[in-house]
Amino acid sequence: MSAAYDQILARDGAARARRGGVLAATIAVVIGSMWLTGLLDPKRFADAWPAVVQLSSEMFPPDFGRIDRWIWPIIDTVAMSIAGTAIAVVLSLPLALAAASNTTPNQVVYQFSRLLLNLLRSIPELIMGIILVAMVGFGALPGVLALGLHSVGMVGKFFAESIEHIDAKPVEAARAAGATSPQVVWHAVLTQAMPQLADITIYRWEYNFRASTVLGAVGAGGIGFELIAALRVLEYAQVSAILLCILVCVTVVDGLGATLRRALK
Amino acid sequence: MLNLDHVAVTYSNGVTALAPTSLAFVPGQFTVLIGASGAGKSTLLRCLNGLVRPTDGDVSDSAGSIFASARALRQHRCRTGMIFQQHHLIGRLTALQNVLMGRLSAHGFFRSLFPLPRAEREFGLTTLDRVGLLERALDRADQLSGGQQQRVGIARAMAQRPGIVLADEPVASLDPASAERVLSDLHRICREDSITAIVSLHQVDFARRFADRIIGLAKGRVVFDGRPGQFGGAVFDEIYQSEPPDLAEAAE
Repeated sequence: MSAAYDQILARDGAARARRGGVLAATIAVVIGSMWLTGLLDPKRFADAWPAVVQLSSEMFPPDFGRIDRWIWPIIDTVAMSIAGTAIAVVLSLPLALAAASNTTPNQVVYQFSRLLLNLLRSIPELIMGIILVAMVGFGALPGVLALGLHSVGMVGKFFAESIEHIDAKPVEAARAAGATSPQVVWHAVLTQAMPQLADITIYRWEYNFRASTVLGAVGAGGIGFELIAALRVLEYAQVSAILLCILVCVTVVDGLGATLRRALK
Repeated sequence: MLNLDHVAVTYSNGVTALAPTSLAFVPGQFTVLIGASGAGKSTLLRCLNGLVRPTDGDVSDSAGSIFASARALRQHRCRTGMIFQQHHLIGRLTALQNVLMGRLSAHGFFRSLFPLPRAEREFGLTTLDRVGLLERALDRADQLSGGQQQRVGIARAMAQRPGIVLADEPVASLDPASAERVLSDLHRICREDSITAIVSLHQVDFARRFADRIIGLAKGRVVFDGRPGQFGGAVFDEIYQSEPPDLAEAAE
């Protein structure tokens, strides 16, 4: 009996050693990346310290003197995040149905929509914002389009995954009852995936709010534009005040998102 | 020795799950709790290791009240193995790793981050061997059948070297053949190690076969307490008559 125990414990030990090897390799890669990017160079941090102290003192206390001029840009930013998310959802749904293996009409459409999603995802929203500002001019419109188009890549992919994870049995039941393909998709597929789709959408809205503040930096409207303007003239007290305003908005948006998510469960 | 002294449980929604109850469990005896869903079986079992805190009364073992201090409660739990209806295993860990959870209380937190000593791992294998699962020791728990998973649950409880074992409907989600195997393994091991076992069941025939003592519960009260031979049709009817549904939900 003891021989059998020894054998099992030896196999267990070997499995643990393999896991240990994988862990060691992972740690090596992580440390290598940290070294390459200068994170492990204490001299850089030591040299930066005076600047950190200088900037921190300039940021404090925050200067809310121009808050009346930030109200509208903040509302603009909220509107950009909502409108951008709406574009993303409307474009993502058909693309996701085409890019989900269980609802796609055929292989060509499937591969094409996957490619399109990858393409949209691989263009950063900041780059998309710069290009769209050049195309349609300054303001919130290029921001909304950049947010929406970039979101499609991500939201479409997550939508497709949720659609692939639904239970196939009720779909079979709907088909057996003589439902047409659009009926099956609407009543059996989307009904099941709805909570996940809502979850993804709300998460994306929260993300888009944060992303839209960055887009302002390239002239695409909103509070990000004010932030970059303050940075350019080295008004760090205003920068910290704007960052605090954004923090408040992000907290409110996240709280709203959590409430919506509970309501849609 | 395990004593319930006027223990009563009223949940926060006002439902009384257990009316004041006093019971003494004799060391080494195999006791079966019988009762409809919501009769208070789970509540009673969970009082016995403090997972449910009685709103009134006290539970004591040989060392005194188990609620005397956080330390007393933890020491009582170390000596008390629990087996759950849904196994409560971690599916992605091996059977052996699940069993060794039963040894956690013998080691500190930092020690438990590293592989346990060889003697402990060997002991874990012994407990798996006793439920006939030695060959499956390194398989993931979610690759085992329901009956096998429950036997891993038994092995985990036994890995604590317990003096008392509590089992909450251990065979309620198993087919009859697996249920038979699980209960006879549990019964045999408790006999061999003189463990006090308190097991809740739905199947009266299993209760008659394995129990030294049967306790019948209905609506949070003990309505029968005696030897299996005394458990008859009239008691059965009293125990399984219709239940107010809110009580059944509250005990879940």
